[in-house]
Amino acid sequence: MKHLLSTEDLSLSNAIRILDTAEEMSAVGEREVKKLPALRGRTVVNLFFEDSTRTRISFEAAAKRLSADVINFAAKGSSVSKGESLKDTAQTLSAMGADAVVIRHWASGAPHRLAATDWIDAAVINAGDGTHEHPTQALLDAFTMRRHWARLAGTGSEGTDLKGMRVAIAGDVLHSRVARSNVWLLRTLGAEVTLVAPPTLLPVGVDKWPCSVSYDLDQTLANGVDAMMMLRVQGERMNASFFPSTREYSRRWGFDDNRLRALDDLGMTDTIIMHPGPMNRGLEISAAAADSPRSTVLAQVRNGVSVRMAALYLLLSGDTREPAPHRVPAYAAAPSTKESN
Amino acid sequence: MAGNTGTYLIQGAAILGGDPADLLVRDGIIAEIGTGLGADGATVIDAAGLVVLPGMVDVHTHLREPGREDAETVETGTRAAALGGYTAVHAMANSTPVADTAGVVEQVYTLGRAAGWVDVRPVGAVTVGLAGEQLAELGAMADSRARVRMFSDDGICVHDPVLMRRALEYVKAFDGVVAQHAQEPRLTAGAQMNEGDVSAVLGLTGWPAVAEESIIARDVLLAQHVGSRLHVCHVSTAGSVEIIRWAKERGIDVTAEVTPHHLLLTDDLVRSYDPVFKVNPPLRTDADVQALRAGLADGTIDVVGTDHAPHPSEHKECEWAQAAMGMTGLETALSVVQHAMIETGLMTWADFARVTSTAAAKIGRLDDQGRPIEAGEPANIILVDPAARWTVDPFQMATMGRNSPFKGRELPGKVVATFFRGHPTVLDGALNTPHPDAAATPAGAA
Repeated sequence: MKHLLSTEDLSLSNAIRILDTAEEMSAVGEREVKKLPALRGRTVVNLFFEDSTRTRISFEAAAKRLSADVINFAAKGSSVSKGESLKDTAQTLSAMGADAVVIRHWASGAPHRLAATDWIDAAVINAGDGTHEHPTQALLDAFTMRRHWARLAGTGSEGTDLKGMRVAIAGDVLHSRVARSNVWLLRTLGAEVTLVAPPTLLPVGVDKWPCSVSYDLDQTLANGVDAMMMLRVQGERMNASFFPSTREYSRRWGFDDNRLRALDDLGMTDTIIMHPGPMNRGLEISAAAADSPRSTVLAQVRNGVSVRMAALYLLLSGDTREPAPHRVPAYAAAPSTKESN
Repeated sequence: MAGNTGTYLIQGAAILGGDPADLLVRDGIIAEIGTGLGADGATVIDAAGLVVLPGMVDVHTHLREPGREDAETVETGTRAAALGGYTAVHAMANSTPVADTAGVVEQVYTLGRAAGWVDVRPVGAVTVGLAGEQLAELGAMADSRARVRMFSDDGICVHDPVLMRRALEYVKAFDGVVAQHAQEPRLTAGAQMNEGDVSAVLGLTGWPAVAEESIIARDVLLAQHVGSRLHVCHVSTAGSVEIIRWAKERGIDVTAEVTPHHLLLTDDLVRSYDPVFKVNPPLRTDADVQALRAGLADGTIDVVGTDHAPHPSEHKECEWAQAAMGMTGLETALSVVQHAMIETGLMTWADFARVTSTAAAKIGRLDDQGRPIEAGEPANIILVDPAARWTVDPFQMATMGRNSPFKGRELPGKVVATFFRGHPTVLDGALNTPHPDAAATPAGAA
């Protein structure tokens, strides 16, 4: 693995390796001194063409815990006419000696361009590109699900996959890089995925994806769900006639209090509720659902740092077959309270 | 005007791929065709193994001048055309300023004359500034020295149905044709690539086939209603082929063009996110490619038009969404069509002559282009080596554009010589000299 660009082309063995390494990194986060010397002297650039404080500070924390030097580069106003081109920016970072570039870009495929061209030789990590992919988000989601799934099975999570887990992802799939990355990764890990959305917010061609598609959230829940992931709905979609009103959206596709109760009524005591954040409380998820013990929202944030440490470590530490240094016992049985906030 | 070209004896060339014959070219015309011809003082060209075809006529070329001389000039674009086997090109109107007045079309026409590599026939804009609001002075452009017969807002669709109707009606006054860029704008806002399986995965805004097909359906009905002549630029979908086939069966006066790249490339290439594959209309699916080939072979699609669209490198060395749309095509068209249509057995060289020359000249109303290869006809002919194979290298091309989607591909067929009104603009596969008449045409004259 030289780059982490998408989960579509991430093999099962590489996915498991990242998740297992993240477990080890997670243990570091439990220590009093949360720092490893692994990437001392290496430079990680957070190149953000789009605002995302959450993702940036998560990568920043991950790189700093591995002792890397971190440069934050907010490159806004990126049109060719207005500012510096991606090529010039990349060559500039290359000249400064960047070892890894964590790139967030509003344009789908921008990380692929960095990786495919000779503009820069650094490892490229896709931190979200347009409506394409957000692989570290999918990895942290899978990490969170895997801990939950392993705990239910009464095993440790290291080395395990998500075989048999039923995952529903509801919301604006059309514009969601999170949904795309999750569909590919969850397929690779053996989960059964159902996308739930209004037909206007599903891409033409979704029928070829390795998942089921439903327009009916209640029916999907009734069929049985182990992890329910809600996607953020952008307010501007309403003005483009993707749905008639936010209230109608919320009634049909939001995870509201009725649906939260339905989980109990259906006897699905172990079903978790996930959200990549930031949440629109009252739109795609009710406050009660977001704050319920089923919610893994904060665990996802916490796990994000571990997964991003793993990705940086594996891409920058040379031989990716070697285990992480300072190997610590895996999380054999993560206390479930940690995963539910 | 063609009296000062030399005399050339072309020996043993297969006319339209048929039996070998000799051709004597003298004073700008094909003086004689036969076997064992001789001529004192003639330059002899051994054409054994070569095919002789009518000089190609492009109905769709972007020469970028005036305004974007950093992308292409009339000089460089027409050099590329000659090397690609063309003796005439239609220069699209989306220059800066837009070719929407007699003054601009005459400027382009004169630049073409002064360059002397091919006939440059300017296309006039349908609406002022391509803005789609009011008709440009179509009659003035038709009456100008450029004798414009084709009008197009290419790059932008004449989407207002009333304006399109008026344009179709108005050009009847001077035997003009409206060449429509069929793209419903509301259905393609922000569109980046063909909408389908690949766009779903790549997260690029989709460009649905229906956005093209709905405009074509509307326009053929309008052309029927007002009894005018419609040309559909760069048809790219199977559904468009079906609609045009239906229209022709009903006797509607519609012609259609397909680009070489739409005959060969599919949207799978976009997976690379390399903007060299970004084009308008977008690359479609393999099913569309096959339908376009079938449509070209059976005459539903009349002509191949390159939509040659050179861009400066900075407009392609960037993010996909930032990149300009368009591909170069003049120097690869013959090879791509040979590869996609002749080597597949779908067409003969005679068919090739029809779709790259005869039918194209008819659409543009070019009287001395696309003519039969017979004694007494203007010597606009090319010699092609169909057995040659070459690897596409954009940096070896005459066009200033380096944005060839065929970069690195091995393709068949090579233009060995291009005769433009009796003068070899290309010899031995390399540029020779412009037509001698060019020297008599000052670039500033109009």
